[in-house]
Amino acid sequence: MLARGLLASARENFNALPRMSRLLSTVKLPDLPYDYGALEPYISGQIMELHHSKHHAAYVANLNKALEQQAEAEAKGDVSKIITLQGAIKFNGGGHINHDIFWTNLVPPKDFEPPTGELEALIKAQWKSLDNFISTFNAQTAAVQGSGWGWLGYNKGTGRLEIIAMPNQDPLSITGLVPLLGVDVWEHAYYLQYKNVRPDYLKAIWNVVNWKNVADRLAAAKK
Amino acid sequence: MAFELPALPYDYGTLEPHVDSQTMLIHHTKHHQAYVNNLNAALDKFPELKDLGLVEINKVVGTDKLPGDVATTIRNNGGGHYNHTFFWKVMTNPSNTNGPSGAVKEAIEAAFGSVDEMKAKFNAAAAGRFGSGWAWLGVKEDGSLAITSTPNQDNPLMASLPDSTPMVPILGLDVWEHAYYLKYQNRRPEYIAAWWNVVNWEQVASNFDAAKTGAVLL
Repeated sequence: MLARGLLASARENFNALPRMSRLLSTVKLPDLPYDYGALEPYISGQIMELHHSKHHAAYVANLNKALEQQAEAEAKGDVSKIITLQGAIKFNGGGHINHDIFWTNLVPPKDFEPPTGELEALIKAQWKSLDNFISTFNAQTAAVQGSGWGWLGYNKGTGRLEIIAMPNQDPLSITGLVPLLGVDVWEHAYYLQYKNVRPDYLKAIWNVVNWKNVADRLAAAKK
Repeated sequence: MAFELPALPYDYGTLEPHVDSQTMLIHHTKHHQAYVNNLNAALDKFPELKDLGLVEINKVVGTDKLPGDVATTIRNNGGGHYNHTFFWKVMTNPSNTNGPSGAVKEAIEAAFGSVDEMKAKFNAAAAGRFGSGWAWLGVKEDGSLAITSTPNQDNPLMASLPDSTPMVPILGLDVWEHAYYLKYQNRRPEYIAAWWNVVNWEQVASNFDAAKTGAVLL
């Protein structure tokens, strides 16, 4: 009790000081909920390892660096510098957010279960069938120019699901939609295995989609 | 008359070990071919645009000369076809490459201080292009050399796009992941460094001479 009181008051005093650097808010690379090879044969272990330990790790490192530099600029009152950092924060912050969601959206094929309950009902109400939803999603996502993501999002205002593509690492949240399921179509997400044939990757990935996670995200969004 | 995939000026394996033959094969026969096919399909309904020619099509991107429903398709695929046609030519057998000389070398030194300083700036533009895109060395409207990068299949010929640095490209590098991922994976800076070994400086010089007269060599 006493220790907690001391800690709280120390924290209060600390917060009153000008921040010279970030301490407790450093972003961390999350662990994958499965082994790198667990999504085979649909997504290769080689891709998963590079994607997680190199690409996502780089977004995390670069985000932390940019946030550190922003904190220093803030402390100096250097607004111009803060502004020049926003691009890096958006790219790398978006990259981190998106991949953080993505790893949870996937599940080893042996644990795959199709959507049920409210999620299944919403999909069927809007797209007539899961197959039709998948074809529609894949057509829009295959058409992404350059690098980007296909998303299934939840519109809190209308209570409806929406399919929407986002460029580069722009997070879905900037549209106001709640991200439920994202499919990465940057070439690094599939090239080593599928080469230029993005549609084949898009057919395969539905074997490892974690519909339970999608349903959990929908439930959380509706609270 | 439909656009056609141009033949590579060399074999798929010629740029090894700097650019691997599997990448060259897929890049040329799949990616570039798809841009050609999609461009032809889009222009089918607009034969007068086809008559403009590839360079002019690129120059009118972002203007009302392109009908609304095909504007984006033409930007992506007309850009892709020009960019890759240009790209194959500015590369050559690594044993052929000697570095810039003559007028283009002087222009590089005038604009950047030295060839090495130009390369450093180019490398930064190429590594710093987030997502898909290209890095370019080109001649600006005032005749000076500059370096820029563009997203996706945009290029500096597309002068009407907002944020564009209009230039006639004399050297360019594809930094879409498909251009390097099979050999270099996430290590884009390694790809960029290796690529200098296959730059066709003779072609760069020809591009430069044409650009100084306002012409776009293709």
